[in-house]
Amino acid sequence: MLEIYITELSKYFITLFIALYTLECFLVFRFQEEERRKGSYIRQNFFMFLVHFSCFLVICFETGKVEYLLFYILQQILLFATIVLFRMIYPRGNRLIINNMCMLLSIGFVILSRLSYEKAIKQFFIVTVSLIMSMLIPYFIHKLKFLKSLTWVYAGVGIVALGVVLILGTVTYGSKISYSIGGVTFQPSEFVKIIFVFFLASALSESQDFLRVVVTAVLAGIHVLILVASKDLGSALIFFIVYVMMVFIATGQWIYLFVGMAGGSAAAVAAFHLFSHVQVRVQAWQDPFSCIDAAGFQITQSLFGISSGGWFGLGLFRGNPTAIPLVEADFVFSAVAEELGIVFSMCLILICLSSFIMFMNISIKLQNGFYRLIAFGLGITYIFQVFLTVGGGTKFIPMTGVTLPFISYGGSSILTTLIMFFIIEGLYIIRQDEGDRRAKKKRKRRRIEYEAARGEADEEREEGEDA
Amino acid sequence: MKKEKKEKMRKKRNRQILAVTYFFVAVFLCMMGYTCHYAITHKQELINNSYNSRQEILVAQNTRGVIYADGRQVLAQTQTDEEGKETRVYPYGELFSHVVGYAANGRFGIEASANYYLINSNARLSEKVANDVAGLKYPGDNVVTTLNVDLQQIAYDSLGMYKGAVIVTDPATGNILAMVSKPDFDPNEIEVIWDDLLEDKESGVLLNRATQGLYPPGSTFKIVTALEYIRENPDSYSQYTYQCNGRFTKGEETINCYHGTVHGYEDFSKSFAKSCNASFANIGMQLDRQKFADTLEQMLFNQELKVGFAYNQSRLVIDKHTEDADMMQAAIGQGTTAVTPLEMNMITCAIANEGMLMKPYLVDHVETHDGNVIKQFESTSYKRMMSAEEAEVLKGLMQEVVKSGTGTKLADASYTAAGKTGSAEYNSVKEDSHAWFTGFAPVEDPELCVTIIIEGAGSGGDYAVPIARRIFDAYFEG
Repeated sequence: MLEIYITELSKYFITLFIALYTLECFLVFRFQEEERRKGSYIRQNFFMFLVHFSCFLVICFETGKVEYLLFYILQQILLFATIVLFRMIYPRGNRLIINNMCMLLSIGFVILSRLSYEKAIKQFFIVTVSLIMSMLIPYFIHKLKFLKSLTWVYAGVGIVALGVVLILGTVTYGSKISYSIGGVTFQPSEFVKIIFVFFLASALSESQDFLRVVVTAVLAGIHVLILVASKDLGSALIFFIVYVMMVFIATGQWIYLFVGMAGGSAAAVAAFHLFSHVQVRVQAWQDPFSCIDAAGFQITQSLFGISSGGWFGLGLFRGNPTAIPLVEADFVFSAVAEELGIVFSMCLILICLSSFIMFMNISIKLQNGFYRLIAFGLGITYIFQVFLTVGGGTKFIPMTGVTLPFISYGGSSILTTLIMFFIIEGLYIIRQDEGDRRAKKKRKRRRIEYEAARGEADEEREEGEDA
Repeated sequence: MKKEKKEKMRKKRNRQILAVTYFFVAVFLCMMGYTCHYAITHKQELINNSYNSRQEILVAQNTRGVIYADGRQVLAQTQTDEEGKETRVYPYGELFSHVVGYAANGRFGIEASANYYLINSNARLSEKVANDVAGLKYPGDNVVTTLNVDLQQIAYDSLGMYKGAVIVTDPATGNILAMVSKPDFDPNEIEVIWDDLLEDKESGVLLNRATQGLYPPGSTFKIVTALEYIRENPDSYSQYTYQCNGRFTKGEETINCYHGTVHGYEDFSKSFAKSCNASFANIGMQLDRQKFADTLEQMLFNQELKVGFAYNQSRLVIDKHTEDADMMQAAIGQGTTAVTPLEMNMITCAIANEGMLMKPYLVDHVETHDGNVIKQFESTSYKRMMSAEEAEVLKGLMQEVVKSGTGTKLADASYTAAGKTGSAEYNSVKEDSHAWFTGFAPVEDPELCVTIIIEGAGSGGDYAVPIARRIFDAYFEG
C-alpha cells in the first residue's frame, strides 16, 4: 500500500527535481567563467542525485526486488566517480557537459531498468567500459597535434567502414547498419559520424576555395550514398546536414547553405518518388492511423504512449511502454514521456539543447579553425540526431530510426556519444589554453607599453631636473 | 589594418554560428510546443483507439463509472459480485438503448463517447490506498447526462410500435433532453443478442436513427427553402402570391401537392402553413442556386459536425449546374435530399434561439464517485445559422402552421407552439410516407425543441404532431 503513495507523490517530486536541474542548465550561461558557475554545478549534482534516487526508489517499491537497489548503488558509484575523477584529472574541464552527460546517462539507466533489466545491466557495463576509455580522450585531443593533417585518411577510413557494412553487414529491420566481429556487434555509421566531422574540419580549415568545397562534396556524397544504399536514411540525413552546415561556417558564405538546402530538398523529393520505403514512411507520418496495422503501427503506439502520460506521467511501471516496438532503441523518448511525464520529457529535450548551446559556445570561442569546426560539426551531429529521434517519435517529422544519445539502448551509440562529449571537453581545455596564451601576450604587451611609458616619463623627469 | 580585418571576419563567423544555434533552438521550441499540444489535445481520442493497450490497464484497475440522468436516476452501472465478476446493468432496459449505448462487443452511445471518463478514476489517494488494501478496484468516474427520464419515457411510449426517432432539446442551451430510436434493443442482453442483431440487416436495430438515420425531409425542408427565399427577397417576400391547382409543371417534371389537394389562392405564409408543394416548387425555381448552396453550407449540410456522438452527415448538393427538375424536388425536400432528425432539430433550435445554434450535447459533467466535479461541460454556441430577423420571420411562419395549417392538432394547447410538418414520400407508391414534425414551444421563449420522424406512418400532421403534443403537454402541464 505504501507504493501507491510513493508512486503518486514521487511523480511530482521527480518532475520538480528535473525542472530545477534544467533551470540550472540555462542559468550557467549567465557567467562567462567556469569559476562563477560553480554554484550551479553543485546544485545540478544535487538535483541529479535526487532524480536518480527517486526514480529507483519507485522502481524498488513497484517491483519489490532487491537487485534493483544493488544495481542503483553501482550506478550511483559510477556516476559519482565519473564526476569526481573528471574534476581531478581535468580541473579545467567544462562541468556542464559532464553533468548533462551524467544526468542523461542516469535517465537512460532508469528507463532501461524499467523496460528490461537484462538490457539495463548490459548497458551499464558498456557505459562503464566506454567511460574509462573515453576519459583519456581530452588528453589526446590536447596533445596529438597531427590530428589536423590526416584529412584524406579520415575520408578513406569512413568510406571503407561504411562500405564494408553495405557489403558484409547484417540486415536489421530492413536496414544494413551493423556487422559483428567476434560476437560484438558494431554499428560503424555511429563512429564514422565523428571521423566524418574530423575529415570536414581538417579539409575545410586548410582551404575554403571552391575547388575544396567540390572535392569535399564528392567525398561527403559518397558517404551519404552508401548510407542511402544501406537504407540507413537517418544517418544519411545527419551526414548531409553536417556537411552543409560545416561548409557554410567554414566558408562563411550563405550561398552554400542555400544551394545545399535546395539540393537536399530536391534529393528528398527524388527519393520519395524513387523508393517505396521512403513513401511508406512519409505516409505513416502524414496519417499513421490510416495504416495502423502496418507502417503506422510504431508511430501510433508511440503517440499512445506520449499522450497517455499527461504532464506528470503515469509513474514508472504504471504504463505500457513495451507495447511500442523497438521502444528501448528508437522510441525511448516515448517511454520516458509516458511514465515520467511530458514535463520531464520536455526537460530532457532542454538538457540536450543546453549541451548543444554549450558546444556552440565553445566553438565560437576557439581561435584555431580546425578545432572550431570540430566543435561545431559535433554539435550539429548531436542536436540533429536528437531532433530526428524525438521528432520522429512525436510525429513532428517522418520517422528515420535513429537513437536518442545516452538514453537509448545500444553500445555503439553510447560509446560514440561519449567520445563526442569528451572530444568537446578536450577542445574546451584547448580553448582555455588559447585564452591563457592570449592573456599572457596581452600582459606582456601591456608590460612593454608600460615600461616604455615609464621610460619616457623618466626621461622627461630627467630633462626637467636638468632644466 | 590586417588585424582589424581578421577581427571583422571573426565577428561575422561568430554571428553565423549563433544564427545556426538560434535556428536549432527555434526548431526545438516548435517541436516541443507541437508535442505538448498534440499529446494533450488528442489524449481522449488516442486512449479510445482500439489499438491502444493502455485502455486495458485502466479497465483492469478501475470499475467502470455510473451514467446518470439529469435527475440522478441510474442509466448504467457496473455491479461486481462476490467473486469479482463485473456486470454492466441498465435499469431502464430498452428505454435508453441507443443514446446510452452499450459497453460490450465494442462500445456505442454515451458508453463510447464518455468512455475515457468512465474508465478513469480520480478518487482520492487515500481511498485508492484503502481499496488496494481491501483488494478492490478503484471506483471509476461518473458521468451525469442531460437526459430526462420522464421526457424519454413519453417520447418512447408515443412512438409505440413504429420505427422512427424522437429528439428533444433545449434550444437555449443545446442540452439533449431525450433521444429515442426504434426499433430498440435491451443493452442488458447485448452479448446474447449480438449475433442476431448483426444478422438482421433489414431493420438496422443498432442504428441510432435520431442522429444516424438519413431520411428524405419532405416538407420540413420548406423551412430552408423559405429562408432562402426571404434572404433573396427581403422586401418583397410578403407580397408573394400563387394560384395552386394541385400541381406545378416545368419541362417534363411535375410536382403534385400532397394527395393532390388544390390549395387555390395563397400568399407566402399560407403556402408554408398549408405546405403547398406546387407553390414551393414555384419558389424553388426562382432561387439563385449558388446562393442556395451557401445557405445549405451554413445549415451544416454536407459536412462534419462538431458533436460528441456518432452521427451521419446530411446531404444535399446544389450548385449552378443543378437541373430544374432536381431543384424543384429539392425545394420540397424530396429527390436526393437526405437529412438526420438531428439536423432538422438543429435548424429548428436555431430558429427558436434567435438564429444562434447552441452545440447539442449529452454529458453535463463528470464527477468522482463521491461527487467532486472534475469536468463541467458548458453550453456553447455552435454557429449563427441565420440572422435574428430571419429567425423571427420563420418563427411567424411556423406559428401559422400550428394556428391554421397542417399542425392544428397543437392549436388549442395551453401554451403557444410553432413548427413544421412533413410527409416525406420514400417510394413511388404515393400513400407511403414518413411522418415528420419539427417545432418548439412556447413561441415567446422557447424551452423545448422537438423533432419527430415516424417511418411509413402517413402524414406528419396526423401522426407526428400528436406525439409532439404529448411531449409538450407532459412538460408544460405535467
